[in-house]
Amino acid sequence: MRLSTKHLLGIKHLNKEDIQLILSTASNFKDVLQRPVKKVPSLRDITIVNLFYENSTRTRMSFELAERRLSADTLNFTLSSSSAAKGETLLDTVNNILSMKVDMVVMRHSASGAPHFLAKHIPAAIVNAGDGINEHPTQALLDAYSMQEKFGQLEGLKVAIIGDIMHSRVALSNIYLLKKMGAEIMVAGPPTLIPKYITEALNVHVEYNVKKALQWCDVANVLRIQLERQNQPLFSSLREYSLAYGINRKLLESLGKEITIMHPGPINRGVELDSDVADGPFSIILNQVENGVAVRMAVLYLLANREN
Amino acid sequence: MKTILSEQQVALVVKRLSHQIHEDHLHLKDTVIIGIQPRGIALSKRIVNELKLLVDPASIQYGILDITFYRDDVRKELHVANKTEIPFSIENKNVVIIDDVLYTGRTIRAALDALLDFGRPAKVELCVLIDRRFRREFPIQGDYVGQSIDTIISQKVKVCWKEKDGRECVELI
Repeated sequence: MRLSTKHLLGIKHLNKEDIQLILSTASNFKDVLQRPVKKVPSLRDITIVNLFYENSTRTRMSFELAERRLSADTLNFTLSSSSAAKGETLLDTVNNILSMKVDMVVMRHSASGAPHFLAKHIPAAIVNAGDGINEHPTQALLDAYSMQEKFGQLEGLKVAIIGDIMHSRVALSNIYLLKKMGAEIMVAGPPTLIPKYITEALNVHVEYNVKKALQWCDVANVLRIQLERQNQPLFSSLREYSLAYGINRKLLESLGKEITIMHPGPINRGVELDSDVADGPFSIILNQVENGVAVRMAVLYLLANREN
Repeated sequence: MKTILSEQQVALVVKRLSHQIHEDHLHLKDTVIIGIQPRGIALSKRIVNELKLLVDPASIQYGILDITFYRDDVRKELHVANKTEIPFSIENKNVVIIDDVLYTGRTIRAALDALLDFGRPAKVELCVLIDRRFRREFPIQGDYVGQSIDTIISQKVKVCWKEKDGRECVELI
């Protein structure tokens, strides 16, 4: 068994078997992470560069930890301290790095499609760690892993994705993945933050009332309002957004059922999620972070350069 | 094709190996049994069942070990991992690892690496059903050997277990 692809550019290009293979391998790695020695020598002859053209805490640390747990050698690149600030192009930067015999590239970029562009021009395996407003495949995989861990299977699961759908790569990757695995999806939020024709394009339900969405779902994946990607006002104020679309304990208790709360982080506390929900008993937010390392280990392990 | 061990012979060999392990590790005090995934599991389960008749079943500690992530041919071929389950400490224990066929020794080399990540055992021994001599690539030998055979590279040793293959025997193909 192996993946049908050489790179992980997005969930769009994976098939169901690929996703199942990644999730089952991730569960083996999760076992490894419970051992006294949380490290295996699988990728000891592989060098991986983490190219982060955009800020990140969780994803970068999670990838770096995953790489070290697999015994790979790692290189880190951050925009602020690099020659990109002097005007070097993306392709030049990467080619220079690859000439130092690097096998894999993990990259985050603010331009959608940047890893797809690179994949056409370089021989190394590429893992997309988020590109603009396109995809964030490892986040979707770890979300799916966390849901599967909690519910046993993804098929038939009702998942509501709530918040800034328009600017969210997490939402798009999650929709692709959950659809392939047979889950039902609803997107909810203010009409200005939900793309037009999303129902036609991606076959998801749309709901503008958060309470109704919560009542419908088993899992609510709550997204951050991405102010850095909004160049025009799409709602009047954070306070108003929080009043109409924020999720707090009172709202959850009024549903009359238990639902699971997820969030890809970083949380804007008091905006999309109140602290009593984020730290509450129904939240699996920290489990998501924990599973992230195992899922990224699985992706790197399965994509590492093979001779045949 | 040639049959090396028939069903009856496999049963006898399993019994002998179990008695030998018992002889060296009386009452299995401070001794644990570990089967190697995937092919050593069937044999290790039979040996554990046999040992249950010889010692207090409660004193038997049995685990399974997957070596996929410790293989030295990661670059060549992708292997799918199996479950590892060692629900006890191996620190200062005598460990008997069990596999079906000892050939190049690379699996056992990886198993030793994997095992050491769980602690520092006092002693590690190896128990195999079949030892294919003369093709070792590492200085590794079995302590409890069902049967030693001499083979050439083009030959294959097939071990069949009832639960997997519907019959129980060892064949040379």
